[in-house]
Amino acid sequence: MSQNITTHTDKKLPLQGAGGADHAALADIFNKDEDRVNWHDETLWWIRAKRDLSVHKIPEWEALRDTASAIKNNVLSNLNSYLQQFEANAQANGIVIHWAADGAEHNAIVHSLIKKHNVTRMVKSKSMLTEELHLNEYLAENGIDVIDSDLGERIVQLAKEPPSHIVLPCIHKKKEEIGELFHQFLGTPAGNADPQFLTETARHHLRETFLSRKVALTGVNFAIAETGEFVVCTNEGNADMGAHLSDIHIASMGIEKIIPERKHLGVFLRLLTRSATGQPITTYSSHFSKPRDGQEMHIIIVDNGRTVQLGREDFRNSLKCIRCGACMNTCPVYRRSGGHSYHNAISGPIGAILAPNLDMEKYADLPFASTLCGSCSNVCPVKIDIHDQLYKWRQVIVQNGYAPTAKKLSMQAMATTLASPFAYHMAGKAGRLVMKYAPFALNNKLNPWYKQRDMPKPPDESFGEWYKKNRKAP
Amino acid sequence: MNQEIQNPANQKLPLQGAGGAREKILAAVLQNQPALQNLPDITFVKGDVEGAQERYITTLTTIGGKVFKVNSFDEIKALIPTHFDASKRVVSTLPQLSDIAELNQGEPIDPHSLEDIELSIIRAHFGIAENGSVWVTEDLMGQRVLPFICQHLAVVIDAENIVPTMHEAYQRIGLIKYGFGTFIAGPSKTADIEQSLVLGAHGPRSMTVFLLG
Repeated sequence: MSQNITTHTDKKLPLQGAGGADHAALADIFNKDEDRVNWHDETLWWIRAKRDLSVHKIPEWEALRDTASAIKNNVLSNLNSYLQQFEANAQANGIVIHWAADGAEHNAIVHSLIKKHNVTRMVKSKSMLTEELHLNEYLAENGIDVIDSDLGERIVQLAKEPPSHIVLPCIHKKKEEIGELFHQFLGTPAGNADPQFLTETARHHLRETFLSRKVALTGVNFAIAETGEFVVCTNEGNADMGAHLSDIHIASMGIEKIIPERKHLGVFLRLLTRSATGQPITTYSSHFSKPRDGQEMHIIIVDNGRTVQLGREDFRNSLKCIRCGACMNTCPVYRRSGGHSYHNAISGPIGAILAPNLDMEKYADLPFASTLCGSCSNVCPVKIDIHDQLYKWRQVIVQNGYAPTAKKLSMQAMATTLASPFAYHMAGKAGRLVMKYAPFALNNKLNPWYKQRDMPKPPDESFGEWYKKNRKAP
Repeated sequence: MNQEIQNPANQKLPLQGAGGAREKILAAVLQNQPALQNLPDITFVKGDVEGAQERYITTLTTIGGKVFKVNSFDEIKALIPTHFDASKRVVSTLPQLSDIAELNQGEPIDPHSLEDIELSIIRAHFGIAENGSVWVTEDLMGQRVLPFICQHLAVVIDAENIVPTMHEAYQRIGLIKYGFGTFIAGPSKTADIEQSLVLGAHGPRSMTVFLLG
């Protein structure tokens, strides 16, 4: 079934950086195919609707959200001792703990553990943290062959793309495109796009991988300070297949994954999948507490900017995120612009808050990729004030001088106009005249408001003029 | 397949705290964390015990599992050959099934040797009505990989051991020690290709629960 596959460690597409295209420009590319945009929009809205059905079956849903948020408040306010408690308990269980201040340190630790065992291959289950830290690219450069074992991740890996969604990595791909990738890399017949058949093929191909890799890396959904264990949630069972067949299990976690006590998992596991896909729970919620006999288990605790975010009072709450993706599924901008337009490992509303913390200049565009409609905050299982934080980031970004020049100039012009009644009335009058007699001056590509919409028909007079005429003072 | 691996608990790894990352991170956390906020009380959430068994059956069936109510292991033994290919390798951790299955009670073996299992039959501590899952710890699995590597999984639970929600589940688990434990809710599945649900991603293609009453 599986031929020699040599291309899967090739570099993924580089994410757009400073000087590269911003969200609007990348969304333009996505928006060229209107049918696909509609399909993407409808698919994600369908998942959002499944979420609604699922949460409405839980009468205490809102109380659960409040509780989860309060537990996370406690976590963030006591993180220093929880991290040490977790470390001590995990070590007592025979797990080796490593600390990494940034991606470079994390990736070097992973590499050294692989080297120590004299192997050149690793199997990985889904970990958005390692996407954030560009682990695959780093290991490929160092001659290590990495296979992502979550089906969606494997698909985007074959396509040399980053995931476009944190829960549904290849939600942007049509099954025909996936069939083509499988034809090219896994030898399936050309033109076969049957999900059942393609999944079966991946099952065989990845089973061989699980059985032959000595090193497995997983993410961490929750780490419990009280017991030193960590929990990994998957539907496919890929994390378990990798971990239980490997000689060495490495788990990568951000410092914010800590929860205080085991019983708190009851709250978070009830919220996670109902918010993510509408499922009552993932198929597997696995609690790793000790290495298997003869196995090594390592946890790498990673900062990579999280302590900075912890110190930003306005943005601290973003560290409560449990990575369910509900904010993306409900976001009208995400659904119509696609995950890749966010040019960051975590896309959508929560990603737009986390990214500027890592690099304010590079991600200055992301907090503006929102309607601020508040839908994200309404579905967030841990009650992060997502849209308020996006609004606050805009102010911080402008104050720090990272707003695009065109936006700065037009904002200045608007401020001047709105500050003067005379200028305001003149501008209104001029605008109405232009739209009436020279519509081509506005209905052209230079005007961003003309994109994908028609300009309105201007009224003959302003409300002020009408009011003066019809409502004379008594 | 397995090389000799030293017990990591006995060796000091040179990587630990390399570059002072530990101290740097902990200091930054301490400096940036807000004033202490108390943990909330979570005892307010309690599920309904009434009808939990029926809810369990409905939920597990909805997520792709199968449930049989049985009165004895003899009934289970009679159901196995009619629902599974018993000519292939069947492994169980339950001594009651030793005449129809190869017994594995956690002997030190290479987990890779289990790759050709058609059916695994294990016991679980209890089931959870709200999500159809069962709670299993390492001591009931024999080998950690056993419930994952098989083509089909069957689980025996006592019918009275169904709790309403995850809160009661963790109340039962308490602070017992285990090396590995997992909630299993139905067959392995994926919907990564255009959201089409496919059962049998990497793990079992089916999950059958025998409710022993």
